[in-house]
Amino acid sequence: MIMETAVENKYTYKDFESDQEVRWCPGCDDYVILRSMQKALPEMGVKKEDVVFVSGIGCSSRFPYYIDTYGMHTIHGRAPAIASGVKLANPSLSVWVATGDGDAMAIGGNHFIHVLRRNIDLNIILFNNEIYGLTKGQFSPTSTVGQKTKSSPYGNTQPPFNPGELALGAGARFYGRISGNSPKDIGQMLIEAHHFKGTALIEVLQNCVIFNDGCYSNVTSKDVKEDKLIYLEHGKPMIFGKDRDKGLVLNNLKLEVVTIGENGITEADILIHDAKEKDPTMHQMLVRLEYPLSTGIIRSYNDLTLEEREAEVTKQVKANSKFTKADDLFFSGETYKVD
Amino acid sequence: MIVEKSNLQSEALETVVIRFVGDSGDGMQLTGTQFTDTSAMFGNDIATFPNYPSEIRAPQGSLFGVSGFQVHIGSVEVSTPGDNLDLLVAMNPASLKTNLYALKPGHTIIVDTDAFNRKNLEKAQYKTNPLEDDTLNNYRVVKVDMTSLTKEALKDIEGLDNKTITRSKNMFALGMVYWMYGRTTEHTIDFFKKKFRKEPHLIDVNTKVLKAGYHFAETLEFIPNAYSVSPAKMPSGTYRVIMGNTATAWGFLAAAEKSGLELFLGSYPITPATDILHELVKHKHFGVKAFQAEDEIAGISSAIGAAFAGDLAITTTSGPGLALKGEALGLAIMMELPIVVVNVQRGGPSTGLPTKTEQSDLFQAMYGRNGESPAIVIAASTPANCFDFAFQAAKLALEHMTPVILLTDGYIANGSAPWKIQSIEDLPEIKNNLVKEGDDNWSPYIRNEQTLARNWAIPGTTGLEHRIGGLEKDSITGNVSHAPENHEIMTKVRAEKVKRVQDVIPEIKTEFATTGDLLVVGWGGTYGSLHSAVKQMNHEGYKNIGLAHFNYINPLPKNIGDLLTKFKKIVVCELNNGQFVNILRMHFTGIEFLQYNKIQGLPFGNSELMEAFKKLIK
Repeated sequence: MIMETAVENKYTYKDFESDQEVRWCPGCDDYVILRSMQKALPEMGVKKEDVVFVSGIGCSSRFPYYIDTYGMHTIHGRAPAIASGVKLANPSLSVWVATGDGDAMAIGGNHFIHVLRRNIDLNIILFNNEIYGLTKGQFSPTSTVGQKTKSSPYGNTQPPFNPGELALGAGARFYGRISGNSPKDIGQMLIEAHHFKGTALIEVLQNCVIFNDGCYSNVTSKDVKEDKLIYLEHGKPMIFGKDRDKGLVLNNLKLEVVTIGENGITEADILIHDAKEKDPTMHQMLVRLEYPLSTGIIRSYNDLTLEEREAEVTKQVKANSKFTKADDLFFSGETYKVD
Repeated sequence: MIVEKSNLQSEALETVVIRFVGDSGDGMQLTGTQFTDTSAMFGNDIATFPNYPSEIRAPQGSLFGVSGFQVHIGSVEVSTPGDNLDLLVAMNPASLKTNLYALKPGHTIIVDTDAFNRKNLEKAQYKTNPLEDDTLNNYRVVKVDMTSLTKEALKDIEGLDNKTITRSKNMFALGMVYWMYGRTTEHTIDFFKKKFRKEPHLIDVNTKVLKAGYHFAETLEFIPNAYSVSPAKMPSGTYRVIMGNTATAWGFLAAAEKSGLELFLGSYPITPATDILHELVKHKHFGVKAFQAEDEIAGISSAIGAAFAGDLAITTTSGPGLALKGEALGLAIMMELPIVVVNVQRGGPSTGLPTKTEQSDLFQAMYGRNGESPAIVIAASTPANCFDFAFQAAKLALEHMTPVILLTDGYIANGSAPWKIQSIEDLPEIKNNLVKEGDDNWSPYIRNEQTLARNWAIPGTTGLEHRIGGLEKDSITGNVSHAPENHEIMTKVRAEKVKRVQDVIPEIKTEFATTGDLLVVGWGGTYGSLHSAVKQMNHEGYKNIGLAHFNYINPLPKNIGDLLTKFKKIVVCELNNGQFVNILRMHFTGIEFLQYNKIQGLPFGNSELMEAFKKLIK
């Protein structure tokens, strides 16, 4: 811990700026996420040479170029698989995946669910803008039904994924959702994800100013945010609203919004958020909730990581094995001599 | 009944080809493997060919459910599993029907008469019982009621169910064949002791049946002759019997230890490559990280990640899997990372013939990617040298910082042969291009002047943080560059880097003749067949035929141009419709290349090759 503190004090966000010019569209939320990451990294207590960013294809996947750590900008959808290889090869690294809704849930859907299932200790930042940006505006797996895009001029007919629902269904141990216009909360969540042992998925509701501008403004714009979003914190009551008078209760196996002070409801009646609960039922309900839209760390269940399980098996095999060198194996068992 | 030990003379033979055939549940693979191992221990040279259906348990007694294992044993060098059989052991009518064609006239068939009942005969589409009509007139038929004799042998063991009894009849057959070839049963009995450690009653059952078969053959008058195949003359050393896929896996273990790197395998199960995964997952004691991925793409992608992080990273697959890996392989070529992709070829296209052999992925290995994306392509040619070429593939990848595709095929991957064990200390050094911290002049795409290999800076190294990716990169910094001239430079550098591998690979040598009327050309897994055919012709007096067999395809060895002009005719033999031949045509435009191709999912036969070659030199 002393070592970590020493490292922590060493860097500022400038140490994580690469020499590459950032090329996202002006006003894109991606800038917010990038700066939040650069500011969060010095606080994580990790050496910069131990950090690896891996991405696939899409606007979000340019991310690694802009951070002065090790990085790989790879091929469409494969970042979770490539990052898994990095982490399994060297578990002491802090490995991050930057991905988008198309990259993670369309072309890379298989890798996305399997990395979550395995619980490899890496962190995935999912930039969800409900559109394909780099190919200039086609609907994505999170575009809404009816959404008009270049590939759905009469309205999208494909019902979307809810990324949180998909992730929890795939066994995600850590899932957080955060608005793309709240840099401090993003930064905090990135730090939490880093410290979480296991696959941590952060979905950022990211506005695309060019092809899907305002897709989240009905819930994330400053004037409505407090009433439309609930920011969940482990161990705290599920309360939201400008006046902090709205809360969630369970009624007939469904979440219901109530007003504190009305119909005899007091703060004691409001549900307490338990992100660490193993059973994801409540987390699923929170993820599916449309009003209020839940943000914050919805699930953070501690489980063994794949590397830990592998290390344990390897330890046992090594303890019981008579082989230490390849020659031991090659000359073992049934061999015979020819003179 | 007491039968006098007959005064049979042991007939001395140079080589013998035996095929065990039966239902896919009859244990023919095990029977064949046991006979192989025992013969190898005895000192024979061996070559094997398992041939089984792609169904795990095909309907019992059916023609397509027949499973077979062929083994060629010799007191002289043996390089193929052989064409024509000296002995056929057939456990049911279907297996007799589908394999009789391969038996030499006048040679021996052992059958289990108990299996020749009406039901099985019908399933095998026999109208009359071949044991009773004239079907087998040209052969020596040894009729043994094996199922009944097995039951009899086990009558003193109580509580055995019928299934256990009938399942062990393959050991009765094995026992008989052991006696016929003067082998002992010890090796197999030791094998039972290990295999059935947790079910000791099965040790007893199988041992009893094996011995019963052995003694039955010994006391049997109607076994027409006994054969002996003396030990072969092989270079001195310690040997073991090894399957091609195991040899491939071990070659990588050796390369990891020699290079001082950890071995990472990312793989998805696919026939006939899965045994490499099976083998490597066992070796966690060496620190092997074998990762069964969610698909073929994740198999290679995880390997790319591991290579970036500094492991010796490989992925293993077969044809359809290589197609899926194509895009990621291009990424590894672009990022110039050392990975090895093993393709154990099978019949294609599409799902094709999963359990049958073919050499039809050569073009895919050479060209199956978008853009100009050269990779080193090498091919193993025998079960045992899968070890050498796996080692070599890893060495080339690490020393030249580029992906290497290693081609083997179902035939050599599943075949087994004696392997003169190579100790790690006897293997060549493997260098790598790792950079250490503190190098001020460092840049990701600075190259070794000789090999053009780029630097390998791995995460965890202070001061070498950098980003690479699939976009074209600046020729020095590795940063994204769309500059027109840079792209041309980089394309040519990637090609030149692969071409320069010519400087380190051995020249090709012709065997049997260095000049003459016909040069037989082959590559990869057909070596045994081609070598054996040319050798036999050489023995017959055809001294004008040479063999040039290729292991290095991209790049080709430097000296082939000289060598090709020394022969009047050149015939390129491949288990495909003509791929390597077209690569040669591309490189050597003035030379005429004839072709001999076979596309039946089967290896070349000796006689078909000899016939073809004789026609060509007439």
